[in-house]
Amino acid sequence: MNPSGPNALSSQETSPASATGHAVIAVEDVHKTYDLGETKVHALRGVTLSIRRGEFVAIMGASGSGKSTFMNIIGCLDKPSSGRYLLEDTDVAQLDKKQLAGIRNRKIGFVFQGFNLLARTSALENTELPTLYARIDRAERHQRAVDALNMVGLSERMDHFPSQLSGGQQQRVAIARALVNRPSILLADEPTGNLDSRTSVEVMEIFQNLNNKGLTIILVTHEHDIAQFAKRNIIFRDGKVRRDELITTQSIASEVLKTMPTVEE
Amino acid sequence: MDLLSTMRTALRALARNKMRSILTMLGMVIGVGAVIAMLGIGQGADQTMQKQIANLGSNMLFVTSGSMNLGGLRLGWGATKTLVRDDVTAMVKECHAVAAAAPGTQTTAQVVYGNDNWGTRVTGTTPEYFEIRTWPFQSGASFTEDDVTTAANVAVIGDTVRKNLFAATDPVGKTVRIGNLPFMVVGVLEAKGQSPAMSEDQDDTIIMPLTTLQKKITGQTWLRWVMLSAKSQSASYAAKQQIEALLRDRHRIREGQPDDFSVRNLAEFAQAASETSSVMTLLLGSIAGISLLVGGVMIMNIMLVSVTERTREIGIRLAIGATESDVQHQFLTEAVVISLLGGALGILIGLVASFVISTTVGWPILVSPMAIAGSAAVSMAVGIFFGYYPAQKAAQLDPIDALRYE
Repeated sequence: MNPSGPNALSSQETSPASATGHAVIAVEDVHKTYDLGETKVHALRGVTLSIRRGEFVAIMGASGSGKSTFMNIIGCLDKPSSGRYLLEDTDVAQLDKKQLAGIRNRKIGFVFQGFNLLARTSALENTELPTLYARIDRAERHQRAVDALNMVGLSERMDHFPSQLSGGQQQRVAIARALVNRPSILLADEPTGNLDSRTSVEVMEIFQNLNNKGLTIILVTHEHDIAQFAKRNIIFRDGKVRRDELITTQSIASEVLKTMPTVEE
Repeated sequence: MDLLSTMRTALRALARNKMRSILTMLGMVIGVGAVIAMLGIGQGADQTMQKQIANLGSNMLFVTSGSMNLGGLRLGWGATKTLVRDDVTAMVKECHAVAAAAPGTQTTAQVVYGNDNWGTRVTGTTPEYFEIRTWPFQSGASFTEDDVTTAANVAVIGDTVRKNLFAATDPVGKTVRIGNLPFMVVGVLEAKGQSPAMSEDQDDTIIMPLTTLQKKITGQTWLRWVMLSAKSQSASYAAKQQIEALLRDRHRIREGQPDDFSVRNLAEFAQAASETSSVMTLLLGSIAGISLLVGGVMIMNIMLVSVTERTREIGIRLAIGATESDVQHQFLTEAVVISLLGGALGILIGLVASFVISTTVGWPILVSPMAIAGSAAVSMAVGIFFGYYPAQKAAQLDPIDALRYE
């Protein structure tokens, strides 16, 4: 497995084989076309790639490159127009809406740029939300939510409303919510987009800790600095994968934080 | 999501905007309150009427000329001319279950005393009428059989006529003019009050010998009705059958031909009156029920607005694993909670209103448990029906579009 050393990792040590061999996500020649009345938008024009368990992938690309569409398909929010998507060896096209909802509930966790928390609802209740749809009993739901908030370091703010939390804290709640049903994959769409530089790195630190424990993380970003915290970089352009390479020198968030000035209170 | 969590989420969502929730409920509150009060008035009137009819004596029978089908008592009265006095004599003689009979007909006329006049109902009958109806006199007495034989110009007046023409004077012995003929007042009946059964003032009446009315005022020889008493309550059914057989024979009505008369014993009488009353109650209730419709539309309207406002929230829920039915149940539950709460409040207000009406105006009010249960059920149905469309809209949102909604 990956030795989590304090220093940058060399290319020899980050070969694909070091992540657990099996593909969690496998897409084969996936196309996605949107029909907007008179025009058709080819958002994805044949994407083939696979992501193995334990990987930390950063997806980059300009607007309209298809990266968001790709994320939506991976996240089972949308279906490909053609091609195959195998999630943990299950062909997603065979699944009905209810089963897809189940996948979104238990297998995949989402983190959004705008946090997307429910207003006037406490951090604990926000975190608990996915468990309500998982039909777990009350005591278990509560415990899971508490554990998730502890994992992101927000145990003292469980009863706060989003309006009483900073951007970074809100995003942490969102991450806790994404983790509460113990998914195998975390999808993050521009998670640092609304955060200042230091908070962004703090969030990346959380991601790296989670990845070190074995969680597969796929991240969309347009910032190179943020992408450097991942281990693999996939670049989309015009609906196709343009580059897919391992990151040679992964930035380590905990190290970077030491070099950053603290935000004055 | 299980039911309890759904309920809590719904209540939480409604509590988030208390003012709006209360205003939305208002339609249901007013609607249900009005329905409860209207039904209460209608059923109260029906119950009082039933009591009054029961008080009339349970062995009373009523024969009317012309046949009537259902509902109103006034339909078909006096439509045929075949019921005559000889029929009545035969009834008393040949129908063994019959104790007494009083033939009758009526018209309206202006009665004058001194400088005052008063338009009222004038009935022509025989002295048995007062016994059969157990109607006592406050002064004077009934006219006699001789008066009937001689078609004397005598009259008995009701309390309302007395009040309007005689004020404090004793009417007995005085002369009034009916039509253009002089009549001597021989008796004044005790006040009986409004009859919900007949929906008329029973005291607004003048009663004179049948023959006098027929010969000197209307010129008609046929009867409108015959009022009878059976020998006992248990004999009243037998009496009815005997009378029917007799009249069919006398009027030469063959098998299969419809009767040109109707015989009703008290139970049927009460039934017919009750049917009228039910129709009235239903009408009142339906009009009130229209406001329930408005209440439902209000709920649907606000739910639609709510769904649009919470598009983002719905997107989030769908993204983290809510199924379409989870979302649908959530919004449907909110609608039903509003309508049920509104209904409960409406029932409370309806009860209060009924109480206030009955104590101030004096109308009898009867709110049955059925009315309350029915209103609660209808409230729930309104919530489900009018909440369905908004809930569907919410459930069918595309998660990606919903998440992008500003």
